[in-house]
Amino acid sequence: MVKFKQFASMMALVVCLISTQGMASSGGTTDMEKADLDLDNVSSLQRGARNFMNYCSGCHSAQYVRYKTIGKYLGLSEEQLIDNLMFNADKTFETIQTSMPSADAKRWYGVAPPDLSLMARAKGADYIFNFLKGFYVSDSSPTGVDNLVLAGTSMPHVLWELQGYQTAHFSEHSNEDGSTTITFEGFESLSAGAMDAEDYDEFVRDTVNFLAYIAEPVRSDRRKLGVWVLMFLIFFFILASMLKKQIWKDVN
Amino acid sequence: MTEDDLDRNRRHFLTVATLVTGAAGAGMAAIPFLSSLKPSARAQALGAPVEVPLGSMQPGEMVRVLWRGRLVFVLRRTEAMLARLPEVVDELRDPDSEVIEQQPEYAVNDTRSVKPEYLVVEGSCTHLGCAPLEDFDVRPAEGWEGGFFCPCHGSKFDLAGRVYKGVPAPTNLRVPPHRFVRDDLILIGQDSGAA
Amino acid sequence: MARIEAEVGTPQGGFIKWIDDRFPMTATMKYHVTEYYASKNFNWWYIFGVLAFVVLAIQLVTGIFLTMNYKPAAADAFASVEYIMRDVEWGWLIRYMHSTGASFFFIVVYLHMFRAMLYGSYKKPRELIWLIGMLIFFVLMAEGFAGYLLPWGQMSYWGAQVIISLFGAIPVVGDALVEFIRGDYSISDITLNRFFALHVIVLPLALIALVFVHIVALHEVGSNNPDGIEIKKNKDASGKPLDGIAFHPYHTSKDLVGIVVFLMIFSSVVFFAPDMGGMFLEHANFEPANLTATPEHIAPVWYYTPYYAILRAVPDKLWGFVLFGLSVLLPVFLPWLDRSRVRSIRYRGWMYKTALSVFVVTFISLGWLGLQPATGTYVLMARIFSVLYFAFFLLMPFYTAADKTKPVPDRVVYHG
Repeated sequence: MVKFKQFASMMALVVCLISTQGMASSGGTTDMEKADLDLDNVSSLQRGARNFMNYCSGCHSAQYVRYKTIGKYLGLSEEQLIDNLMFNADKTFETIQTSMPSADAKRWYGVAPPDLSLMARAKGADYIFNFLKGFYVSDSSPTGVDNLVLAGTSMPHVLWELQGYQTAHFSEHSNEDGSTTITFEGFESLSAGAMDAEDYDEFVRDTVNFLAYIAEPVRSDRRKLGVWVLMFLIFFFILASMLKKQIWKDVN
Repeated sequence: MTEDDLDRNRRHFLTVATLVTGAAGAGMAAIPFLSSLKPSARAQALGAPVEVPLGSMQPGEMVRVLWRGRLVFVLRRTEAMLARLPEVVDELRDPDSEVIEQQPEYAVNDTRSVKPEYLVVEGSCTHLGCAPLEDFDVRPAEGWEGGFFCPCHGSKFDLAGRVYKGVPAPTNLRVPPHRFVRDDLILIGQDSGAA
Repeated sequence: MARIEAEVGTPQGGFIKWIDDRFPMTATMKYHVTEYYASKNFNWWYIFGVLAFVVLAIQLVTGIFLTMNYKPAAADAFASVEYIMRDVEWGWLIRYMHSTGASFFFIVVYLHMFRAMLYGSYKKPRELIWLIGMLIFFVLMAEGFAGYLLPWGQMSYWGAQVIISLFGAIPVVGDALVEFIRGDYSISDITLNRFFALHVIVLPLALIALVFVHIVALHEVGSNNPDGIEIKKNKDASGKPLDGIAFHPYHTSKDLVGIVVFLMIFSSVVFFAPDMGGMFLEHANFEPANLTATPEHIAPVWYYTPYYAILRAVPDKLWGFVLFGLSVLLPVFLPWLDRSRVRSIRYRGWMYKTALSVFVVTFISLGWLGLQPATGTYVLMARIFSVLYFAFFLLMPFYTAADKTKPVPDRVVYHG
């Protein structure tokens, strides 16, 4: 009985440890602000979908995502889906394509805007969250802005109307070996946008939430199914253990 | 019952219970694998209904479209063509479309169509699947009132896609599900107005 | 094997006899299952062989279904994996089972090999089982490597680039060999297609054949046990080992429990953490291969990292490659490096126990170091642990011979 208690608590620990792994937002580094997403918040996802289609899909495709899939998960009727989220597609089974021709985009920006279907899994939610908040005015950039998370980015500050513009302050320290370390000190707002800092944060959070969702639309279903599978296996384990003990009774 | 009997019974019960549970688990595990063989979302998307605008079609003109990878003929029949339909009835294998698999309910009529003017049939000979050729010329000397001719083995169909007697093909050309979205627009692949 | 007649008079007597007259069905069942005697004192270290078999089955089945939808061309591969994840019904589950299975295969195999080191299962007369097993391990490493290229993600491409380039370190034939492996001047669609053939046909066939031979070799001499004694030395009047119990129903019923526990852990990962924080499905692999941009941090998948750490620890391309190869090959020689009179760690002295403990720490540390960038103290640590790794094997003839062992009992220790 003691052995079983030990075993059961060890199993519970293993399962819990594994589950918490799944909850950690993928790929964030420790010095970035946490995106703190809530993937179960449907209204946030709806706002995020709206944000994505209105601000991002002009340049970025999400070529593996079908409108139909989003519509179903977000609880939208076909009419709502077509009216609010579909700008350059007719049928709901189509995938999210951008109207910007990629050859032109490459010429204009130096690199074609990447597809965003899997960006949240590739870079992590925290990265994208900080990226969208990290644009600052820079004279040496053709777009007039640079980004703290991705220095030298070709992406303009698409959300400038909402966030406004900010500058970044850096400090330089000379090291013993003659090299210089540049440290980011903080942002300073230059001009206000339509949203205050808190609202803009929520806007970005909703958008990143949506990106995290489209990176793996099946996530919610997979976790629900997992509970049932584990419950079945626990039941099966109990039966198999009882059978084993019974059969091994005649071993001395 | 002896201790041994109890043990034996318990062992038997547990064995059966475990095997049944295991079999149930295996069966449930098999479902995802077998389901993955069904048409995927992309197949369903590609297999979506096809629109055929009728506005520019002349009487006697036929349009070919692909639906689910299959050839479909849309023929705008003339009055003369429609008039000839009852004349060949005696030469047909299934003039009243009694083989129900070959057409939806609404195509079980004299013209095998929703509206008499427009014939919608799959361009696939019911013998072995070759694409029949259109042959709308009337040749009274041969007794040919116009229709479709399959070059592979000589099967013949009339202007409503009905198969003649004495040819290898056993049934009429298939009428796919379709409906008139508007008077000048057919949607092939869908019966009702559901999306 | 003697042909054994089925019981006359039973309903199945007819059908079974018909088969048995033409195929050694009953005889095989008796020899390998119902009358195969293995020790009664197996502990849970003995579950990993069966689990390896279970994982192999999982990989084969999930692999077949993945092949039905995957496209092995550079232009289509990445998209076809997303197609499986999103458009194919239950495709996501099949994919996650396969990616999780790959990592679990190595977890299980490493633990299986460790059991052999604990109980001396590679010692005479089981050297051949060990050799075949090592061959399985090499084929498995190749299988995993070929498989990882298939999604054609950033890590797939650049990981393959690094590892294949390694072979260029071989003098004289190196460069030609690299081009031969790739089939092209750089890793390309051609490489992908042939790695697909390797991963789906060649290596699985080799694995199945080797596993079959592995089990036949095992059954020829009989299983070892945690006490390392030969149970066949003590038989009863009818010739059955006193300490042995029939594989079926005893070990089968026990293995079933172990398999269910394994499935619980496996399912926890598949359903709740298939990425495993980027260890099982690496982040960079969610970006399609970009031939112009190397990811910041290339590391092989976790199960290759111990050997990768050794490779990087050596500051010379050729010698790094040589020592890397040696580190993978050295375990092959364990049956002959181990000079102990005693099989099981239960009866060995403090030297071997210390050495094995150090080896465990070394292997895990090297694995962790292989995941880190090769900078600063990490380099020094990798070098120290590499030395320890080689020392475990190369000094073994000495410390196993000198070790003071305990007397080995005649019969197994079984507490029920």
